[in-house]
Amino acid sequence: MSESELAIVLGAMVGGAIRVSTPFLFVALGEMLTERGGRINLGLEGILVLGAMGAYAVSYHTGSPWLGVAAAAGCGLALGLLHGLLCSLPRVNDIAIGIALMMLGTGLAFFFGKPYIQPTAERLPSIPLGGWIEDPRLARALEVNPLFLLGVLLAVFLYWALGRTRPGLVLRVTGDSTAAARALGIPVTPVRVLATAIGGAMAGIGGAFLSLYYPGSWNEGLSSGQGLMAVALVIFARWHPLRCLWAALLFGAAGAIGPALQSIGISQGYYFFNAAPYVLTLLVMIASARSGRARIDAPGELALVR
Amino acid sequence: MSTALAAALATAAHRGAAAALRAPKLEVAGMSKRFGSLQALDKVDLLVRPGTVHALLGENGAGKSTLVKCIMGFYRADEGSVVLDDREVAIASPRDARALGIGMVYQHFTLVPSLTGAENLVIARADTPLVIDWRRERERLEAFLARMPLQVPLDRRAGELAAGEKQKLELLKLLYLDQRFLILDEPTSVLTPDEALEVLGFVRRMAREGAVSVLLITHKFREVQAFADEVTILRRGRRVGGGAVGELSTDTMAALMVGERQTAPGSRGDRAPGPPGPVALELAGLVAEGDRGALALDGVNLEVRAREIVGVAGVSGNGQKELVECLFGQRPLRDGRIFVKGEPFEPTREAFARFALRGLPEQPLENAAVRRLTVAENLALRSFDRPPLARGIWLDRKAIRARAKELIERYRIRPPDPDTPLEFLSGGNVQRTVLARELSEPVEVLVVANPCFGLDFASTADIRAEILAQRDRGAAVLLISEDLDEILELADRILVLSAGKIVHAVERAAADRTAIGRHMAGH
Repeated sequence: MSESELAIVLGAMVGGAIRVSTPFLFVALGEMLTERGGRINLGLEGILVLGAMGAYAVSYHTGSPWLGVAAAAGCGLALGLLHGLLCSLPRVNDIAIGIALMMLGTGLAFFFGKPYIQPTAERLPSIPLGGWIEDPRLARALEVNPLFLLGVLLAVFLYWALGRTRPGLVLRVTGDSTAAARALGIPVTPVRVLATAIGGAMAGIGGAFLSLYYPGSWNEGLSSGQGLMAVALVIFARWHPLRCLWAALLFGAAGAIGPALQSIGISQGYYFFNAAPYVLTLLVMIASARSGRARIDAPGELALVR
Repeated sequence: MSTALAAALATAAHRGAAAALRAPKLEVAGMSKRFGSLQALDKVDLLVRPGTVHALLGENGAGKSTLVKCIMGFYRADEGSVVLDDREVAIASPRDARALGIGMVYQHFTLVPSLTGAENLVIARADTPLVIDWRRERERLEAFLARMPLQVPLDRRAGELAAGEKQKLELLKLLYLDQRFLILDEPTSVLTPDEALEVLGFVRRMAREGAVSVLLITHKFREVQAFADEVTILRRGRRVGGGAVGELSTDTMAALMVGERQTAPGSRGDRAPGPPGPVALELAGLVAEGDRGALALDGVNLEVRAREIVGVAGVSGNGQKELVECLFGQRPLRDGRIFVKGEPFEPTREAFARFALRGLPEQPLENAAVRRLTVAENLALRSFDRPPLARGIWLDRKAIRARAKELIERYRIRPPDPDTPLEFLSGGNVQRTVLARELSEPVEVLVVANPCFGLDFASTADIRAEILAQRDRGAAVLLISEDLDEILELADRILVLSAGKIVHAVERAAADRTAIGRHMAGH
C-alpha cells in the first residue's frame, strides 16, 4: 500500500464515518431523548424506514429534498406520538409496543413505497469540505452532508438543554424517578409522550438521510438494522448526547472500513468488513453489560435496567 | 359586611405578624377517615404551637401516616378541618400544602438519584427559570447554605449520598423552598445515632429560633423525650393522650401507646437455658459485590454457636442485604467460604435440607415466597418434592392442604384459608407464613433479617418469641437487624457491620448503646 493509497483509505474512512454515522446519530439522539424520559422505543427502526420512504416520496413530488426531510420528521413525530400514547395506557409494555411499531413502520413504508422504487427523486446537496484537495477521489471522500452538521448541532443543543434548562431537568427527573416527579408536580405521562414523539421525529430525519443522501435511493433493503443498533449505541454512550456523537462516529467508521478498502481496489473480505458494525454492536452490548458505570448512568425508570 | 371585612383585615394583620415570626401554628380539628370497614382516624384533634417540635407517637397502624397524609392533601378526610394560623385552609393536593408552606420529609426519599444536590434543590423550586444560569443559582445556594448549620455536598449525585446526607438534603430542600411547617416521617429510621442527633438537633434549634414548627412522627420514646416539646399519642385511630413532654413519663406514654399489653416482647432477662454449644455456622472472609459493582462485603468473618443468637447491627446499606443474599444463594461470593458444622456449605436446595439451614430474609414476599401462589403452596415450597407431600413425581394436594391448615392454626395466619394467594395477606401474615414454613421442620441454623420490620406489636411479640424458642431448642441464630433495640433485646452476642466489615463485637452483658452507635457510624 503506497502513501497516497493510505491517505485515500484514511480519507475515505473519515468521510465514510461521517456518512455512515449520520443515521446512527439521529436515531441514537432520538432514542436517548426517549430513554431519558423513562421509556424505551424499539420502534425507531420502523420510523427510520418509514421516514426514508416518506422523505423520498415528498422530495420526488415536490422537487424539494428539504420538504422531504420535514415530511420524514413528521412521520417520525406521528409514530413516536402513537408509541407514547399507547404506552400511557395501563399495563401496556413499551418494549412490546416498540416491536409492533417496528413492524408497522416497515410495513407501511413497503406498502406505500412500491411506486417509488424506480423513479429518481431530488437528493440533498453536499458541502465540499475537501474542495482544496487535488486528488479527486480524496476530495470526493470528504464531501460532508448538511444533515451531519445538523446532527452535531442537535447533539450539542441536547447536551446544553439537559443540563441547563428547566425542560431538560424535568425530563431527567421523569426518567429517573416517577415518584419524585409526581412529588414535584411534574405531569409524568405528557412529558414521556412528548419525549417519545420528539425522539421519533429525530429518527425520521435519520431515515431521510438514507433515501435522500446515502445510499440515496428508496428500496426495501435500505435500512440494515441501524434503528436497532442505535439502542446499543445509546447504552454505549451511557445516555449522554455528546457521547452519542462519538459513538455514532465509531459505528460509522466501523461501517466504512469495507467501502474504504474497496476504493483502492481491495475487495477481499468485503462482506466480512461490512459486518463490522454488527460485531461492534455485539461487543458493546457484552462490554456494557459487564460495566457498573452503565448501570449508574441509566435512567432509573427504564424497563431495560429495572 | 363590615364585620366580615374587619375579620378579613384582622386575619391579614395576624398573618402579617405570623409571617414575621415565620413559625406557623397548625391545628387539626375532629379529623376522621375511613377505608372500607377500617376506621383509620376517629375525630382526632391536634395542635402544634408555633416554634415547637410536636411528636406524633403511635404504633404501626395507629393512624399517624393517615393523619399526616390528610394534612398534606394525599387523602381527603371524611370529616374535620385544618386550621393554619387561625385560618381554615382547604388542602386538596400536596401542591396546595406546598403553597401554604407545609412540607414533608418522607421515609422513602423523594430526591432524584441521578441529579446532583444542586440540581435537586433548583428543580424543586416552583419558579425554576426556563434557562438555568448555574453561576447565579450556585451563588444563591451557597448563600443559603452559609446560613445553615447543616452541610451537604452539592455536586455529588443524590443517589451516591449516604442516607444521613440524603435526609439532610431533604430537610434543606424544604427550608430552601421556604416551607415553615415541617412534617418529618420517622426521620431516624435510616440514620446512625449520631446522624439522628445532628438532624433532630438542627430541627429543634430551628424551632427554638421561631423559624419553623415541626410535627415529628416517631415510635421511639428517646426521640420524643430528647427533642419534642409536646406529644400527641394515637392508638387505633384515636387520640388517647398527650401534652407537654416533661409531664409524661416513658411508662405513661408506653401504656397509652400500646394499651393493655405493656411488657416488651422478648424481655431482656430471657437467657438461653444452657451455655452455647459448638460452632454451627461459620463465615470465613466473605467478599461480595453489591448491585452497582462496588464491594458490599469486604471480608466478613463471624461464628455462630448452637444455642446462641448473634445479632448483626448496622445502618442499612452497609452490606446487610448482601450478606443475607449470599447465605441464601441469591448473590455469588467473590471470595470466602461458608461452613456449617465444619463442613463447606454451598447454597443448593439439597444443602439447605441436609444442614437444616433455614431463614427469614427481609421482604419475604419478594425474597422467600411466590406472591401469586396460595398460602398452602407457599408453605410447601421447602418440602413439596419429598414424601409425605409427594408421591413419586405427583404432588399430594390433600396432604399439602392438611399440612397448611395445621401450620395456619399453629402460627395464627390470617385469613385462615390455605387457598388465598399469598399477595393478599398483610405484611405480618406473610412474615408468619414464611416463618411457619421455615420452622416446620427441625432447624439447626436460622438466619433472620429484619424479622419485625413494619409489623404491629402482637406480630412482633410472636415472631421474637419464636426466634427465642428456636435458640432454646438448640439452633444457632444469626439475626441481622437495623433495629438496635431489637438486637439488644434478643441477641446474646452483638456484632456491628459497617462498610462491609465486622467492626465491633461485644457480649450482650457488656453492650453499650453509645459505643455500638459510634461503630455503626463508622467511627
